[in-house]
Amino acid sequence: MASESTGAAFTRRGFLGLGAAAAATTMLAACSGGSGGSAASDDDIEKAMKKGGSITWWTWTPQAKKQLAAFEKAYPKVKVKLRNVGSGGTQYTKLSNAIKAGSGAPDVAQIEYFALPQFVLAKSLVELSDFGFGSLKKLYANGTWDSVNVNGGLYGLPQDYGPMAYFYNKTVYDKYGISVPTTWDEFVAAAKKLHAANPKLYLLNDAGDPGFTTSMIWQAGGRPFKVDGTTVTVDLQDSGTKKWTSTWDQLVEGKLLNQTTAWTDAWYAQLGNGEIASVVTGSWMPGILETSVAQASGQWRVAPIPTYDGTPANAANGGSSHAVLKQGKNQTLAAGFLKWLCANTTSTRIFREQGGFPSTKSDLSASAWLSDAPAYFGGQKINKVLADASDSVLSGWQYLPYQQYANSVYSDAMSASYSNNTSLNPGLQAWQKAIVSYGNKQGFKVTGK
Amino acid sequence: MTTMSVRRRAGTPGTLRRDRRDWKGWAFIAPFALVFLAMTVVPIVYAIYLSLFRDQLVGGNSFVGLQNYLDVLSDAKFWSGMWRVAIFLVIQVPIMLILSLIAALALDSLRLYAVGFYRIMLFLPYAVPGVVAALIWGFMYGTQFGLAANINDFLGSQVLQPLTLRWILVSIGNIVVWEFMGYNMLIFYSALKVIPAELYEAAEIDGAGSWRTIFSIKIPGIRGAIVIATMFSVIGSFQLFNEPQLLQGLAPNAVSTYFTPNMYAYNLSFAGQQFNYAAAVAIVMGVITAVIAYVVQVRGTRQENR
Repeated sequence: MASESTGAAFTRRGFLGLGAAAAATTMLAACSGGSGGSAASDDDIEKAMKKGGSITWWTWTPQAKKQLAAFEKAYPKVKVKLRNVGSGGTQYTKLSNAIKAGSGAPDVAQIEYFALPQFVLAKSLVELSDFGFGSLKKLYANGTWDSVNVNGGLYGLPQDYGPMAYFYNKTVYDKYGISVPTTWDEFVAAAKKLHAANPKLYLLNDAGDPGFTTSMIWQAGGRPFKVDGTTVTVDLQDSGTKKWTSTWDQLVEGKLLNQTTAWTDAWYAQLGNGEIASVVTGSWMPGILETSVAQASGQWRVAPIPTYDGTPANAANGGSSHAVLKQGKNQTLAAGFLKWLCANTTSTRIFREQGGFPSTKSDLSASAWLSDAPAYFGGQKINKVLADASDSVLSGWQYLPYQQYANSVYSDAMSASYSNNTSLNPGLQAWQKAIVSYGNKQGFKVTGK
Repeated sequence: MTTMSVRRRAGTPGTLRRDRRDWKGWAFIAPFALVFLAMTVVPIVYAIYLSLFRDQLVGGNSFVGLQNYLDVLSDAKFWSGMWRVAIFLVIQVPIMLILSLIAALALDSLRLYAVGFYRIMLFLPYAVPGVVAALIWGFMYGTQFGLAANINDFLGSQVLQPLTLRWILVSIGNIVVWEFMGYNMLIFYSALKVIPAELYEAAEIDGAGSWRTIFSIKIPGIRGAIVIATMFSVIGSFQLFNEPQLLQGLAPNAVSTYFTPNMYAYNLSFAGQQFNYAAAVAIVMGVITAVIAYVVQVRGTRQENR
């Protein structure tokens, strides 16, 4: 459930990362390199787009309609049927069922980075380097490109990005004399201070969320999942993971975390009334705060997330790609649409302007965007902070090829630790056991360390 | 019908006649048989077929015989869910049925004003869809802004924690009692209405008081209804799904993905893509439920006949 709620959050934000600096035509020309073979060339794609046809697109981003309107203006003969079948896990379930049934899947679908490997493995997605998309690499921020490359193949184009950031309620911080922590040690001290000053207030909420946990382990330098084809190693006891748990245990055991389930009405209400004073999450959060926590307008600010030693280190939380499904009849046309959606500057600009957090370097450095100073955040130039956050995302992180399942059973393993305010480690061991056992049942070669 | 068979009996050899009559009978039940076949038999057969395979993310589909069943029988998660609904059944069903019985007897006692009003009020929760009921209660159980929070504020302590690991089963039991008490009350009430008035007259003449009437006439008189209601409740308990599934969204730490066998089967197939194993879980569940319901029925009926 937790993972689903997270998915719902992504919905509202909707980030497409697109935008390439170059104009569409320039881009098409630039990418003619391709990866040879029987691949379709840019000319083939352009021909297919001119000829027209009909494709289906599944997405839950709020920006989709406006992007589609712009697309249909540029390519009037291509009819794209936009469908929102649910966000995150809900969509993946429907997608898996359609793939299994052999019909009913869309031509292009939004898939979060963490879920991409699962679809690659099921051989449901089209390898995009056949269309010469490999050369688009230079358009995207570090980290997003890694996420769409699975087992040495390119299976999607980045839409949006979720480098983590630290959102905090300045009004509460000022009132209780809390300064924005730059290290996790300072954070723990601040959490104690705030909760002691007013037992109703908590510096942070965490009731156990797999997406958050994996991002935090990522930031601490842990790399618990190593995937090489179908060989998987799981080590939720590695030094990075331990680094995170040794900090987080202080918060859990000290009862310093608000344990309202995230993304529920009660959670939003507490973000609004100050009882939860900070949120550590992906850079797509501002849009959600503005719409769902409207009553706290003017109180929230953004900062880089605390680190272990004070030098910038970050991880990503969430973010989506778009991919072309093998089941589709007109894959060349679908690839053309995908490329326009994720690499055309018009498309990425619309996405950015409609509240999405871009994955494209050109949009991340667009001055109009960087100087945006929303009143909700007291006039702070938040995009500057968020763009900087995307620069320090650590590399080398891998998700499991069946991360969606692993996330769905996370609470089963962790509930005792969170419910009883005890160390997280036994929970992580139980989670690892479940991950290893499921993987082996599914035909992977999984070893747990 | 009668004339036709008489005529046939006169002219045709026995076997042929029987064949033709059988065929005609099938024609009459065909509408039912078709729906029954399509909606009940085919899905069950398909589930059994599915349960004999294993479709892996890596390696594809293969026939595994009864391996899935062997796995279910030694699956700790499955049994923990089963054990949980068994405890639920043993505690929640008697409480609910006794409350329903008391309500039905009260309505039947002729001592209440506005019987129709109470009857409809008690029955009303049953008309609320289970999903909506779970959402309403989930909201009331909230310790931040719900009713539970208000009570805790009033008492000045965090005594009510309905959505925690420790209390969740009680909280779910409370919802189920609220939902189904009125339904069972109605079954009992209608059974009470058909007890012949002569029995009451005779009891009155013999000098029996209210309690005596209840225990010697009313309750024995509705034994059949009690057996039926018990059976429905037993089956309902084993199929517990809506309430925990919806509360899981609010309290993932209190409700696991294998909280009840049905939830386990659901999550196996929709989160884990383990359709084959889920089919085996569902079939084992179905068999166990059928056996227990049958035992309840046989026991109940035997006592009735005694």
